[in-house]
Amino acid sequence: MGNYLSVNDTDRKLMLEKIGTSDLMELYHDVPADLILKEPLSLPEGKAEMQVRKFMRQLSAENKVYPVIFRGAGAYRHYIPAIVDQVASKETFLTAYTPYQPEISQGILQSIFEYQTMICELTGMDVSNATVYDGATAAAEAAAMCRDRRRNTVLVSEAADPEIIAVVKTYCWASGTKVVMVPASEGVTDITALKDLMNAETAAVLIQNPNYYGCLEHAEEIAEVTHNAKAKLIMSVHPIAAAILKTPREYGADIAVGEGQPLGMPLSYGGPYLGFMAATKEMMRKLPGRIVGETTDDRGNKAYVLTLQAREQHIRREKASSNICSNEALCALRAAVYMAAMGRKGIREAASQCVSKAHYLQKKLEEAGFARKYEGEFFHEFVTESPYPAAQVNAVLDKHDILGGLELPDGSILWCATECNTKEEIDRMISILKEELA
Amino acid sequence: MKLLFEKSVPGTGGCYIPSCDVEEYTLDSSYLREKEAELPEISENELSRHYSALERRAYGVNDGFYPLGSCTMKYNPKINEVCAGLEGFTDIHPLQPLDTVQGCRKVLDLCAQYLCEITGMDAMTLAPAAGAHGEFTGMMLIKKYHEMRGDTKRTKVIVPDSSHGTNPATGTMNGFQVISIPSTPDGYVDLEALKAAADDETAGLMLTNPNTLGLFDRNICEITKIVHEAGGLCYYDGANMNPVMGIVRPGDMGFDCIHLNLHKTFSTPHGGGGPGAGAVGCKAFLQEYLPYDMDKTEHSAGKVRSFHGNFLVVVKALAYILFLGKEGIPEAAKMAVLNANYLKSLLSGTYTMAQSGFCMHEFVMTLEEEHKEKGFSALDIAKGLLDRGIHPPTMYFPLIVHEALMAEPTETESRQTLEEAANIFLEVYAEACADPESMHHKPEKTVIGRPDEVQAARKPVLRWNTEGIDDAV
Repeated sequence: MGNYLSVNDTDRKLMLEKIGTSDLMELYHDVPADLILKEPLSLPEGKAEMQVRKFMRQLSAENKVYPVIFRGAGAYRHYIPAIVDQVASKETFLTAYTPYQPEISQGILQSIFEYQTMICELTGMDVSNATVYDGATAAAEAAAMCRDRRRNTVLVSEAADPEIIAVVKTYCWASGTKVVMVPASEGVTDITALKDLMNAETAAVLIQNPNYYGCLEHAEEIAEVTHNAKAKLIMSVHPIAAAILKTPREYGADIAVGEGQPLGMPLSYGGPYLGFMAATKEMMRKLPGRIVGETTDDRGNKAYVLTLQAREQHIRREKASSNICSNEALCALRAAVYMAAMGRKGIREAASQCVSKAHYLQKKLEEAGFARKYEGEFFHEFVTESPYPAAQVNAVLDKHDILGGLELPDGSILWCATECNTKEEIDRMISILKEELA
Repeated sequence: MKLLFEKSVPGTGGCYIPSCDVEEYTLDSSYLREKEAELPEISENELSRHYSALERRAYGVNDGFYPLGSCTMKYNPKINEVCAGLEGFTDIHPLQPLDTVQGCRKVLDLCAQYLCEITGMDAMTLAPAAGAHGEFTGMMLIKKYHEMRGDTKRTKVIVPDSSHGTNPATGTMNGFQVISIPSTPDGYVDLEALKAAADDETAGLMLTNPNTLGLFDRNICEITKIVHEAGGLCYYDGANMNPVMGIVRPGDMGFDCIHLNLHKTFSTPHGGGGPGAGAVGCKAFLQEYLPYDMDKTEHSAGKVRSFHGNFLVVVKALAYILFLGKEGIPEAAKMAVLNANYLKSLLSGTYTMAQSGFCMHEFVMTLEEEHKEKGFSALDIAKGLLDRGIHPPTMYFPLIVHEALMAEPTETESRQTLEEAANIFLEVYAEACADPESMHHKPEKTVIGRPDEVQAARKPVLRWNTEGIDDAV
C-alpha cells in the first residue's frame, strides 16, 4: 500500500519516454529472464503508517519494561539528560552520511573531534578514533592492532565480560590469532598465572577494569608484567567509572577500549551502542576506523577532516588491518552531548553515586543473607552467593517489577546499582527479599 | 566555530541527578585518578545552541539532493524513528528473561523472515552492526564451512577489481589471501579470468551485484557455477540490493550467503556514519555456522557483536518493510532504476559515461578527458556542486574508472528534483569549461573552503588543546 516515492504516473511515463523505453522492466535486460520473480514476494501487503505504528506498538507492549533494575553485566541504566535525545533527533545529524565532503560536514566532523577529545580526557590516552561497533568489537580490534608475525597470541582475562571474550575469540579465530585465557582467582585476573603464560609470542594482554564481576583489578602489576614481556596492555573500562578511577593511561595501558553505552545510550535490548577506542600516540597509525583531525582550509580557517585515511580499507584494500567504515557516529554524538551536559562535575557525581549506591546495596544484601563472593574493592557491580536459588530470587523480584541481578553459571548473582537506583528502591527490594523468601 | 571546550564556563552546567540519598562511600585513593577529566562546563542553553550551530554546518538527506553512489541515500521515514523510540523497545535490558522480551524476539524473527524471503536465503542473522561487519560475518561462514570439512587448502578469496575496498579487507580479516580479478571493458566479471583463478585453493568469491558501475552482471549464474564447480562458495555483497529487491533474488542466482545494509536498502538513517546494521543471510547448509545470539550453538563460528546486534536499527527496517509490503518493495526497486536512468539520460551528452546503455540504481561518469585536456577534475566538479547546494556523487570510485563520479539518486527523488539537479550538474560543467582555473578554488560559498588534508595527516591534531603528533613517533 505505502511507498515513499515522489514520482507520479504521468511523470513516470514521461521519464520512460525520455530514456527511450515504454517498459520499465526493459531496464532489467541484463537479468536472466528465468530469474525474474514471477510471483510477488511472500510478504504481507503494505500497511498505512497508522497500521505500522499500531503493530509496532503492540510488539513493544509484549516486552516488560522494568521501572527498577539491579542488573548490569555489560549494559547499564544511567540517567540520560533530555538534551541528549533532542540533539540526536536533529534531522541533519540523523540523515547525513559519513562526512566525506568536509566543506559541508564541519558540524559532524567537529562533533566527532569533540567526542575524540572527551574520550582522550576520560581515558588519559593521546588519540581516540570516531568509534567502532561496541565494546566487544573494540576489544577485538585492539587485539588486531597488537599482533604481528612474531607475536600472534593474545592473553585474555577470564574476568572480562563473556560477551567481549566471545567476540575477541571469533575475530582472532578468523585472523589466525591464538587466544589463551588467563584464569581468574578471587574474582580478579590471576597474576601468577598470567606471568606463567607470558612469552615471546604474546602480542597483548586484555583485561577489563572494573571487571565483569565488578572488581577492581591489580592493573598496575598487570601492566608491569605485560610490558616486561614487551607485549601491549589493552584495558577495557566503563566510561563513567573512568571519570573517577585511575585512568588506563595511569595504569600503563597501551590501548583503552570500552562499551560506550553508559554515555547516554538507552538499553535498547543491546543496541545500537558504541565501542570507544583510544591509544598512545605510538599506536596512532594502527587505530582502525574513522579519525577526525584539525587542519586549515585554503582561506586560512580552522577546519576538520577525516584523516590518516592511509590506514583504511578504501585506500589499503587487502592490506588494511580492519574493514570498518560505517561505525556508530550518531551514538558518538549522543555520548558527546551526554559528557558535555553532565560536565566535568556531573559525570564525577554520577560515578561517585554509582559507588555509594552499589556499596549500600551490597551492605543491605549482606544483611539479608547474600554474602559477597569475592573480597576486594568494587565499582558498581559485585557478586553475591545466594541463599536461595537465584531463579527464585529473581522470580520474586519480578512480581514487584524489579529486574534483579544476573544469575551467573555457578548460581551466584551479579548485582549492579547506578545513580538511578534510589535508597527507597534498594530498601524496598531488601524487604521483599526478606519477607517473601524467608 | 568555537569548540565546546572553548565555550566552557566553570561553575555552569545542568542539574540532572539528585543528591546522593545513601551514605557516601569513597574508594581508596590508590584507585582514583589524579587529575579530573577536562570535560566542558556549559549551560544547557549554550550547549543546545552549540549543536544547533553544528547542525547548520552539516548536510543530510533532509537538506537536499544526495546522489552519493553506492550509499543509497533514500528518504529516512519518520515513522521508523517513532517506532524505534517506543519505551517498550528502548528500555529493555539485553539480558532480561526471555519471557519478558517476546516483543523484541518477534521483531528480530519477523525481520529475519522477511529478509530471507527478499534475498532467497534460508536463515538470517541480525547481529552484524554494519555492512563491513556483515561481510566479515558472511566470509566467516565460508571459512567455517571449509574448516568443518577439513578442506584446509582453501585459503584464497576471489574479488573483482571493481569491488568496494571492504571486500579485500574482509578477506584479510578472515585470514584469506585475496585474488583480484579484472573486469571486462564493458564492466562485467571477466569469465576467463574467473575460470583461471578458481581452483582447489578457492574458498569463495565475493561479488557486489549490481556492481559498482551500476551493472547487473548478465553472467551471474555462470559466475556462481564456475566457483561452485571449483569447490568454492559464493558471497553476495548486498550493498547494492536496492534496485533488485522484489525483482530477483541472490539465493536464486546461486549465492550461498549475503549481507544487506539495512541503512541503505531498508531506509534506516546513516547517522553521519552509523549506526547501521548488516544482516547476513545464508543457505540452510551454512545455518549452523551463523553467529549465535543467546545460547552458544555447537558449530557456530562465534559471536561477532555483544548481545543481539543493533536492535533499534532492526526495528526501523522492519517498520519500513511492513509499510512497503510485497507491492511496495519491487516498486521502490524499479523506481530507483528509473530515477537513475533518467538522471543519466539528462547528463549524457555533457558528461562522459563510463558505460553506455541502461544502468541499474547508479551510474559512473568519467572526467578523465576533461582532466587531461581541459584542466579540471572530478574533484573540481564535486566541489563546484557544493556551492550550489547539492551533495556531490561519490568521487574517485570505482577505482577502475579514472576521474570517476558515481551517482545514485534513489527512488525517493522526484522528477523535478532530478531535473533541477541535472541542470546544476550541467551549469557546473559549463562553468568549468569556461574557466577551469576558477574551479580549483571551489567551493566558495560553504563555511570552509578546501581543507589541507596533507597537513592534517602529516602532523595530526586529533583532539583539542594539544600539539600535533610528529611523524617520528
